Amino acid sequence: MSIKAHAPRNSQLAPGVSRLSRSQVYAKRALWKRNKKVASASAADKATETRSAAVKGEKNGTERTVALNKASRWYPAEDVPRPLRNRKAPRPTKIRSSITPGTVLILLAGRFRGKRVVFLKALESGLLLVSGPYRINGVPLRRVNQAYVIATSTKVDVSGVSVPASIDDAYFKREKAPKQASDEEAFFDGSKPVSSGPTKTRIADQKAVDASLLKAVAAVPNLRAYLNASFTLTKGQAPHLLKF
Amino acid sequence: MFLLPNNTDTVDTLARAPFKQHVGTFTRMVEVGRVVLLNDTRYNGRLAVILDVVDHNRALVEGPVTGVPRHSHAYKHMTLTPFKIKNLPRAARASTVRKALQTQEIISKWETTGWAKKIQSRTTRASLSDFDRFKLMKLRKQKRTIISAQVAKLRKEKN
Repeated sequence: MSIKAHAPRNSQLAPGVSRLSRSQVYAKRALWKRNKKVASASAADKATETRSAAVKGEKNGTERTVALNKASRWYPAEDVPRPLRNRKAPRPTKIRSSITPGTVLILLAGRFRGKRVVFLKALESGLLLVSGPYRINGVPLRRVNQAYVIATSTKVDVSGVSVPASIDDAYFKREKAPKQASDEEAFFDGSKPVSSGPTKTRIADQKAVDASLLKAVAAVPNLRAYLNASFTLTKGQAPHLLKF
Repeated sequence: MFLLPNNTDTVDTLARAPFKQHVGTFTRMVEVGRVVLLNDTRYNGRLAVILDVVDHNRALVEGPVTGVPRHSHAYKHMTLTPFKIKNLPRAARASTVRKALQTQEIISKWETTGWAKKIQSRTTRASLSDFDRFKLMKLRKQKRTIISAQVAKLRKEKN
C-alpha cells in the first residue's frame, strides 16, 4: 500500500488501537539519523547565565564558570503540562460589506434595540461606533457589535462628519469608581451615591460629532423622522423576505 | 342566445363576438396562440405564447420578447390570460411570434390590465428598502387623514 503525501504514517486499526506502536513509530521517523537542532544561545546570553568563580588550590586552575541559576539536581517526577504553541495571531475583524460609514443601522439588542442609528466608523476591536444622533433618538456615541445590527441600504452623507481620534475603544472603558471606605457608613449616613452621568468630555464630543451629522440628516427629507422612529415588524412582514 | 354570467373579461368578449363559439363557463382555452403567464420558479411572472399542445399536461411555449426560451411547459405551472395571438400557425417560429406580439400589441395591452399592475406593485413593494417603507407609511397616513376628513364631512352633511 502506498502512503499518500501528508497522510499520517500511523493509522488506526480500530478507534484507539494504532497500527504501529510507539517504538515502531520512533524507528520509522528515524529522527536520530537527522541533524539534531542545537539551540544556540547567543554569547551575550551565555555571559549573563554564568559567572566565573575563583577556585582554591594550585592544581585546580584559578577559576571556573558557575551557572547563575543552578540546575535542579532532580528531574521532575511528573510531566509539567505546558500550553501548546499557538502561532495564530488575532486578525482584525471584518466588517460586513453592507456596513460603510454613514449606513443607517437597526439595533437589535441592548437597551436601544429597535433604534435606527448612523454608523460612523469601525473601531480596532471590531465594534461599530454609532451615533443616534443623540438629539434625534437619544442614542449616544456608542459601540455596538455588528452581529446585533441590521444594515439598511440607507446611507447618510457623513463626509462632513469628523470623528475625534480620541474616540477609540479605550475611550469607552468604564472608569473604576474609587472605593468608598465603607458602604455601610454611607448607607446609614443617608447621603446618596454620586450619579455616574456622562462626563463633560463625552457630552462635548457628542455635540461636536452630532453638529455636522444633524446637518447631513436635515438635508434629506424624512430622514430625521425615520431615525426618530423605531423599527418594528408589522402584520404580514417576514424579516427574512424584507429588503433593508 | 344564452350566455353564462361570466363575461367580465372584455378582451375575450370582444374576441369571440363575431363567432360566439365559446359558449359555456370557460372563456380562456388552451390553444395555439394563447398568451400565458408562467408561474414556475424559473420563469416566474413572464409571459409566453402557447405554440403547440404536447399532451394533457404540457404545451410548447415561447416568449421571444420576455426572455422565455422555446420549451415544453406544464399547464399547472402557467395561467391562461385573456389574450390570444390571432391567426398564429401551429409551432410558429420565434420571429413570427415576435412580429405577431408587436403588431397585435399584446404586451402593451397586458401591461394596462389590473392583473399586470398588481404583479408590478407587488414586486415594487417587495423591493422597497426600510427607509422607503417608512416614507410609504407616512404617505399612507396622509392619505388616511384626507379620506377620513372627507368622510366625516360628508357624514355630517347627510345627518
